Amino acid sequence: MGDTEKAIYSKTTISHRKDLTRSSRFGEFLIEKTIFSIGITAILILGLIFYYLVSTGLNVFATVSISEFFTTTGWFPVSSNAKYGTVPLVVGSLMVTMGAILISVPIGIGSAIYISEVAPAKARTVLKVIIEFLSAVPSVVLGFLGIVVLSNWVRITLSIPTGFTAFTGAILVSLMALPTIISISDDAIAAVPKDYRDASLALGATKWETIRYVLVPAASSGITAAVMLGVGRAIGETMAVLMVTGNAAQIPDTMFTSVRTMTATIAAEMGDTVRNDTHYFALFAIGSMLLFMTTVINTIADYVVTRGKKEGR
Amino acid sequence: MSKNFKEKFAFTILALITMCVIIPALFIFSYIIYNGIGTISLEFIFSAPRRGMTEGGIFPAIVGTMSLILGTIVFALPLGVGTAIYLVEYAKKNLLTKLISLAILNLAGVPSVVYGLFGLGLFVLLLGFGSSILSGALTLSCLILPIIIKSSEAAIKSVPNIYREASLALGATKWQTIYKVVLPTAMPGIITGAILGIGRAAGETAAILLTVAAFFLPRLPNSIMDQVMVLSYHLYIISSQVPGMPDAIKNGTALVLLGVVGIFFFVATVVRIRYKLANRE
Repeated sequence: MGDTEKAIYSKTTISHRKDLTRSSRFGEFLIEKTIFSIGITAILILGLIFYYLVSTGLNVFATVSISEFFTTTGWFPVSSNAKYGTVPLVVGSLMVTMGAILISVPIGIGSAIYISEVAPAKARTVLKVIIEFLSAVPSVVLGFLGIVVLSNWVRITLSIPTGFTAFTGAILVSLMALPTIISISDDAIAAVPKDYRDASLALGATKWETIRYVLVPAASSGITAAVMLGVGRAIGETMAVLMVTGNAAQIPDTMFTSVRTMTATIAAEMGDTVRNDTHYFALFAIGSMLLFMTTVINTIADYVVTRGKKEGR
Repeated sequence: MSKNFKEKFAFTILALITMCVIIPALFIFSYIIYNGIGTISLEFIFSAPRRGMTEGGIFPAIVGTMSLILGTIVFALPLGVGTAIYLVEYAKKNLLTKLISLAILNLAGVPSVVYGLFGLGLFVLLLGFGSSILSGALTLSCLILPIIIKSSEAAIKSVPNIYREASLALGATKWQTIYKVVLPTAMPGIITGAILGIGRAAGETAAILLTVAAFFLPRLPNSIMDQVMVLSYHLYIISSQVPGMPDAIKNGTALVLLGVVGIFFFVATVVRIRYKLANRE
């Protein structure tokens, strides 16, 4: 689409517009340069975020060895014999994310199919608005409900000593990943050409058979991307996880013990660090790891979508 | 099993699955409203917290959130919409533009706490703005910039080319075409995206935790270099950091925060639905 727009304008390059007065030609030139510099500024800011986080984070390796940082299991940044092993934090993040994805993928895809194909038109609008509003609920509000409602429910139902567990976090995070998964899967299913549906129904398939054997396979790349973006959302979730997972930097045996995620570690400890000491750099390094993980996930998701679109044509 | 029975069975299961999302969502809204509504009073909204926050209202936190939202609009809106105009109308279609689009897509998925870390390092410490409204608004702007760019880009792209051709054929310049034809047509889409982005900023906690939020500061800010209390952060500390907080205050704060975010969401939804209806006619 961008090409055509540029092609239209190229025929009317300002220098060729002899009918314009000198000042309006200059005005046009000025505006063009302003828009250009605004665009460049925003892009530079975004580039700066990447650069600043990674370059600050790398400083941690001046005092902590790479193998200690990535492979040891002790995270004791404030003890006199400080240890910076990030394994428990990474495991904590992965456990909460895996739990959330196990809950939200089947529910998310099922709801997306129901909303886009089965629900009557009026119900569809209402369901969509509810789900969109769920995505707008601040994570701190979910964290608050996690403390006052969900953690008690988990503790009593499972009769375990504490309700602040990886499982509790996973349930809350699944509520945050669900709107992402549902809305992107819904778009993907809606984007399947009508011909596919008609052809399948004309062959005598029922609506359900059409959904199962035609629509879902045809939308699979979009659904895959939806799941990946859901994973990205889950890994990055901070406040709700900080509030309900108990924040114990240990490698957990089960989903039903306390964990501490990478995001919660940054949020909880950053306020106590001194600028430019090892702890400060270590938290930036964890931030860079998060940045790296979400970038990889988003890039793959983007690739899957683009490839799916090309195949669809 | 007959085909029809199978289909009915499958659709029932799908409906039940959908309820697994809808029921918790409705529970969240109704729990917050039901428990919080009793606390809401003029005094709660317009007075400062007293006695270690166990009494009084949350006015400073509301003012803090509002000033952050204003600051974020000032920085992020022109920058975001300008970038979208640049990307759609001016940028050449080459590898660089492709990379920029990919970078924007990725930045939309970066965890908010990472933005907080960036804001703390750059705005608070390196540039010396300290913990202030300025640092917080700049950080939130970075956070919602990709959201605003993406939605504005989509809105500007969806303006049919016939509009541009007609305008140019009438002798308008490129900028006149953009300003008088493309932007007004794309405006509902741009506004919807901007409101949703700002709503996101209003409820954001992790990004402001490190850059602006004050634990307890019962006075109002005098300048953009002041620290402020913020609703989202206030809810975080009273519900998990301060033991023995009265439930009424926690529930009331949660309702006010959800209400602020809900207003933005409601306005954005109304703008979008009206625009859809107008387009259909």
